[in-house]
Amino acid sequence: MKNYDVVVIGAGPAGLAAACEAYQNGAQKILVVERDKEPGGILNQCIHNGFGLHYFKEELTGPEYAGRFEDMLKKTDAELMLDTMVLQISNDRQVTMMNPRQGCFTVQAGAVVLAMGCRERTRGAIGIPGTRPSGILTAGAAQRYINVEGYMVGKRVLILGSGDIGLIMARRLTLEGAKVLACVELMPYCNGLNRNIVQCLNDYNIPLYLSHTITEIKGKRRVEGATVSEVDENRKPIPGTEKYFDCDTILLSVGLIPENELSRNAGIKIDPRTKGPVVYENMETSIPGVFASGNVLHVHDLVDFVTAESQHAGAAAAEYCKQKTEGKAGSEPCIKMVCGSDIGYTVPQYIRPERIDKSVDVFFRVRRNFSTSSLDVTSGGQKLISYPRGHMAPGEMEHITLPKQLLSKAAGGAITISAKEVQK
Amino acid sequence: MYDVTVIGCGVIGAGIAYELSHYALSVAVVEKENDVACGTTKANSAIVHAGYDPEPGTKMARLNVEGSNMMEGLCKKLNVFYKRAGSLVIAFDNSDMDILKELLERGKQNGVKNLSILTKEQTLEIEPGLSHEIVGSLYAPTAAIIDPWGLCIAMAQSAVLNGANLFLNSPVEKITDEGGFYRIKAGNNVIETKYIVNAAGTFADKINNMVAKPFFRILPVKGEYYILDKSEGSLVSHTIFQTPGKFGKGVLISPTVHGNLIVGPTADAAEGPEDTSVTAQGLENVMKTALRSDTHVNFRESIRNFAGVRATADTRSDFIIGASPDAPRFVNAAAIKSPGLSSSPAIAKEVRSILESIGLVCEEKDFFTDYRRETLFKLMTAEEKEKALKRNPLYGRVICRCETITEGDIRSVLNGPIPPVSIDGVKRRCNAGMGRCQGGFCGPRVHEILSRERKVPMEEIVQDRADSYLLTGETKMGRMEK
Repeated sequence: MKNYDVVVIGAGPAGLAAACEAYQNGAQKILVVERDKEPGGILNQCIHNGFGLHYFKEELTGPEYAGRFEDMLKKTDAELMLDTMVLQISNDRQVTMMNPRQGCFTVQAGAVVLAMGCRERTRGAIGIPGTRPSGILTAGAAQRYINVEGYMVGKRVLILGSGDIGLIMARRLTLEGAKVLACVELMPYCNGLNRNIVQCLNDYNIPLYLSHTITEIKGKRRVEGATVSEVDENRKPIPGTEKYFDCDTILLSVGLIPENELSRNAGIKIDPRTKGPVVYENMETSIPGVFASGNVLHVHDLVDFVTAESQHAGAAAAEYCKQKTEGKAGSEPCIKMVCGSDIGYTVPQYIRPERIDKSVDVFFRVRRNFSTSSLDVTSGGQKLISYPRGHMAPGEMEHITLPKQLLSKAAGGAITISAKEVQK
Repeated sequence: MYDVTVIGCGVIGAGIAYELSHYALSVAVVEKENDVACGTTKANSAIVHAGYDPEPGTKMARLNVEGSNMMEGLCKKLNVFYKRAGSLVIAFDNSDMDILKELLERGKQNGVKNLSILTKEQTLEIEPGLSHEIVGSLYAPTAAIIDPWGLCIAMAQSAVLNGANLFLNSPVEKITDEGGFYRIKAGNNVIETKYIVNAAGTFADKINNMVAKPFFRILPVKGEYYILDKSEGSLVSHTIFQTPGKFGKGVLISPTVHGNLIVGPTADAAEGPEDTSVTAQGLENVMKTALRSDTHVNFRESIRNFAGVRATADTRSDFIIGASPDAPRFVNAAAIKSPGLSSSPAIAKEVRSILESIGLVCEEKDFFTDYRRETLFKLMTAEEKEKALKRNPLYGRVICRCETITEGDIRSVLNGPIPPVSIDGVKRRCNAGMGRCQGGFCGPRVHEILSRERKVPMEEIVQDRADSYLLTGETKMGRMEK
């Protein structure tokens, strides 16, 4: 069995950044396993720009952003194995994989970084009434057909859900000559980034119907139309508000789910809120030496943050291999991050203060829109710190930086983050 | 001139064609869709009923029990997913228990083996997740779960391999009696045949009326279902029925042979023979009713909803199987609603003996080969996997991540006796796209493989039925050659 210091599963933005950073931090033998025929992951089909504003301070397209990290990886000694699917990870970090060249084989990893990304929610997950013709596809599948394969998926398009890929595809389809009739969102707020609402819908006069949903799909073989209704505060359709759209295509942009089949089968603890692994401050999962980052951990809206998180995970994986961090497991103090009011989740879920150098970044999403607001950090009923915020929305990931000295004030091993409105 | 033409290639038509292809006969099968197993066969509970439901003395009772007895051997022979999971009919009160006792008696009369009434405790011991509101159950260990389209495809492929001619995309438009034989106009084909078997499912009344006097009408009944993710697949290990009562048969919860959980169906009048739409009301009813049986059913893990249409007849509750009283050499296998799938192998034998009784000479062939479905790569033993990879390295390339289906698996079904022409046709043969992402990732890849292997442009590949097109042309920049 071949031995590696670090095995990275996935060569999308998360995997590439983790591998490069593991190398920078002294890992010698690194293997990056990618199921597709080229590295880059979902960025390969994201040909629009807007990537890298935070990390590179310039505006890149998805393939360009991925390309930079591919180049970085080439400068390392890391081995990139394409067209290879990981089938299993054991809890002692043996990774079994398969490809057409070598068949099925297993390698031993000193540390593993999970970077498998996420998948899109489908029609079946949300139960849209009506028939099941062709022409109903996820926004990502449409993006692949159009941007990678060079085919159009329809002429008159209705978009359900306001996730970023859906918004991006509204613009892309319009530029390709399709008529995008509307974008329909169940929630009273948009799920995508504000910049995408402006640049992809408003600029092309595509209406966004908030608090609306598709209540019937029509068409025997191909989509022939769809009925859209307004919903009440319980998200139930309001009779009498039906609008009919004469469309041949319905794109779904109704959420992303971290792809954790491998993690689950390995016995890694999954957070039901993020649907990703529960991690410590260094992105280590419940299995020592197995780390996770990027969309497999929680769904991001900006690749720049995926990169930063993955570098963190890659560095920690390299450290783990060097055995610097072993021997404390279980006995070491650990703070649990608790979601207070209107906080959907946090990553990390646990912090081991002894492993923090100066501060720790905690990422999370709020559950609703806020105008002027504040984020309060409390422990045992005591307010530790408060961060003023302006507008906050579920579609935009938030983060706070907790200084190390603050962690020592945590009472009962728990820290709570809550969001609240502030009067001007 | 064909000896026999079977109209319709669902599990009933395929079963009859399979049966007849064992004999020295020329057999045609006409199917209006672009593939077999496209109607009720692909949209039902995927259950082999034990046989305690039908009224004793009916054809349904006899054929159900016979079919159920034959099914295991048949599935083994054709390598079709089948598992004798057993079923429980659960009772919530004493009047339910009375009905269970009736079912037990009925089952005994029908010849169902090993039926027993279980107490609440005994029931919860074998199905601990069930509602504690239950008072007992009827246990039928011979009930099973099955891959219904897999069975149909395997039987149809075997029939074709043994000489039957399958005409796809051939809706029957007209049948004329030419005195001694029939001429069938079906799509672009004209088929001459001595005998006709009507296995047209929800269209069986229309086919009958082309040849014989109308004596039944199909009033299709729709059943809506949920399929839940594999994470929920072991919630129950038996098929859980509710006691049939004034609100119908209730909703079942069952593991599937593919590892998912199926929950449904409703039973509402359909708006037509092909009304397979799901409704908000129907799905809500399924959800509410199922939660009575087991409060742990996690509908958040739903991966698909679907509806199937059952071919219920207006005039009688039994199957309509028999030679037409007024049209010569015309046999109906009609009104095959539940337990039609369970009865299908027995119905096939029954139809063959009816054909014999009206003059068809059936001589067994010396040589018959079953078409065994190839075992999926993921289900092979380590040794088989190694061999498969040597034979075709493409078994090493996973195309469908959720179900771990490889390009080798897909290539293999593309080379079968009835090659799939659609993405769903591939799915029904090797499960690619059946998983939790519902083809989101592998759909475009299967699309590409179909196009490449069939040498058909991408734009002409369909999702499922004819005209269920996926692409409307190239983008402005067009396709990039790789």
